[in-house]
Amino acid sequence: MKAPAESFPVAARRELANAQLRTNLRNATDTIRAKRARVVDEVPDWEELREAGRSIKADVLRHLDEYLVRFESAVESAGGHVHWARDAAEANAVVVEVARAHDADEVVKMKSLTTDEIELNRALEAAGIHALETDFAELILQLDGDWPSHILVPAIHRNRTEIRDLFARTIAPGIESDDPRDLAEAARVYLRERFLDARVGVSGANFGVAETGTICVVESEGNGRMCTTLPAVLVTVLGIEKLLPRFADLEVFLQLLPRSSTGERMNPYTSLWTGVSDGDGPQELHVVLLDNGRTRVLRDEVGRQALQCIRCSACLNVCPVYSRTGGHAYGSVYPGPIGAILTPQLVGIENAPSLPFASSLCGACYDVCPVKIDIPSVLLHLRSLAVGAKASPAERTAFRGIAWLFGSRKRFALAERVGRLAQRPLARGGVIRRLPPPLDAWTRTRDLKPLARESFRDWWARTRR
Amino acid sequence: MSTARSEILDRIAAAVGGSPESTPVLRAYRRAGALSAPDRVACFCERVGDYRADVRRIEPTAVAAAIEAACREHGARRLVVPSGLPAAWRPGGVELVDDEALTPRELDALDGVATGCTVAIADSGTIVLAAGPAEGRRAITLVPDLHICVVEEAQIVELVPEATAVLDDLVARERRPLTLISGPSATSDIELSRVEGVHGPRTLVVLVVAKETP
Repeated sequence: MKAPAESFPVAARRELANAQLRTNLRNATDTIRAKRARVVDEVPDWEELREAGRSIKADVLRHLDEYLVRFESAVESAGGHVHWARDAAEANAVVVEVARAHDADEVVKMKSLTTDEIELNRALEAAGIHALETDFAELILQLDGDWPSHILVPAIHRNRTEIRDLFARTIAPGIESDDPRDLAEAARVYLRERFLDARVGVSGANFGVAETGTICVVESEGNGRMCTTLPAVLVTVLGIEKLLPRFADLEVFLQLLPRSSTGERMNPYTSLWTGVSDGDGPQELHVVLLDNGRTRVLRDEVGRQALQCIRCSACLNVCPVYSRTGGHAYGSVYPGPIGAILTPQLVGIENAPSLPFASSLCGACYDVCPVKIDIPSVLLHLRSLAVGAKASPAERTAFRGIAWLFGSRKRFALAERVGRLAQRPLARGGVIRRLPPPLDAWTRTRDLKPLARESFRDWWARTRR
Repeated sequence: MSTARSEILDRIAAAVGGSPESTPVLRAYRRAGALSAPDRVACFCERVGDYRADVRRIEPTAVAAAIEAACREHGARRLVVPSGLPAAWRPGGVELVDDEALTPRELDALDGVATGCTVAIADSGTIVLAAGPAEGRRAITLVPDLHICVVEEAQIVELVPEATAVLDDLVARERRPLTLISGPSATSDIELSRVEGVHGPRTLVVLVVAKETP
């Protein structure tokens, strides 16, 4: 996976200047958050479901090698082919090879973060094969050379008139209405022709069941059903962490995922297939099991839980940082709080050192996470790794000095008195707006509260004698 | 790819081998419903209706007539049906095309599809198709624009785990493909405004058939 091209603060500053993005994003995150809260509140055993979800996923990670082997043999005995890919290049090569073997110059593709992660479309394009994105939002972004800003509603930063103009230039010449209904109809008409003739479909997956070899895809529009049902050949790219041990485990995740994600009791369509079914759906199935950094994440006992993620995007919608900067600032296909812990682990902390700091540590992400990923703890863990990687000797000395100062009551009281004198020229209207260098690093982005005129100890000594 | 396989498996073993054993999975969530049969059916109807599916409750003898009425209202003249659709459900006033490996283009030329289901879930307003004789191939409920689905009251369970219990064997033994349907297809991709009907059937009619009175 590619590391973010620039640091989070730099990218965030630019994104924050985009007023339309902020308005659309605020509207989207507020709306989805309220919907989620409503359908979660009506489930009396939500916490029990979360705990089951967490423990199932933790078990999968702890025994991932066994479950993968079981999954592989189940898929193969159901008539599917299993491929293993250490990295993006190996995974992409499999898809290219399958498409070539069937002389396909176009594949129809459903929305999939995993295939975005490995930049499959670019690899196919390089081999002369067009990867047609069939999710409505993904199609919009693909037509415009743009990229997703939200896991669930990737084109949330675009307005209806922009999309109308884009469609008029591309797939629906002459379209005048910017009613979402008419725009969706234009996409339906355009894509239907391509679906009916498609020979090769490409999908990601939400879950793979080790016991049965079943693959599960949840969606809303039906483009996923089209891609996984109509073509004669299907290639599914599956991150190795997407497994569940038993078919029955789906009963937990099919409750957790839709309610956390779109705020629906159930998403419109969920497709499950087990190998190849005679006369029904694709007659040739390829499953690509993708590592691409996941085993590196697995090595870290604290950070490993990031792999429990089921990509619901609930943590994005509650995050005070994400809901202002949007997804592009994270420079990764995985934005928001989960991206802030997943991306640095997938690409190496040294390649994304600013992401664990893109959080106020308020903990809202942990509260809503359907599989109880303790995102704040992992953020702190990654911060310590990021700092440890390049701790400045001056900073270390300074903190040692502070420890010495605060280590004795006398020295602490003296420091207070000195501080009170020193802040006099700096405090204006009850706040310190700027500290002298090098302390100005602190006040560059926030005000500092001055020391109280009288400490509690002094007050106590003065009044309770 | 066998080297990739062994390398990935080795990496995993090295990464998790020394970790403490995971805690046992606690399944303290509800696995059996508590609603009475009439409440369960009412809950199903309400929640399927929430997704803007067209829900109609009918008597067991009225299935064919209800399918015909739905077709008339939606201007559907030619319906594809799975070969195992019960004879008593087949309406007279509509042209029925039995699915014999119809191509996607042939399906696209038809107006609608009528099927049964395997199980339905009240709590989530979901219908499950499991490629049974009255449900047919996945493609037939996907390409035509109108889906009329017959749900018998006895098929309605309250909770998702009750449905997976029914489906477990069909998947594990028979490898049946499943499609879970909760309302017509939808998108909220433009400014979050919901549009029903993108690629799947834009209209979903659910006929809930009352239990036969003995």
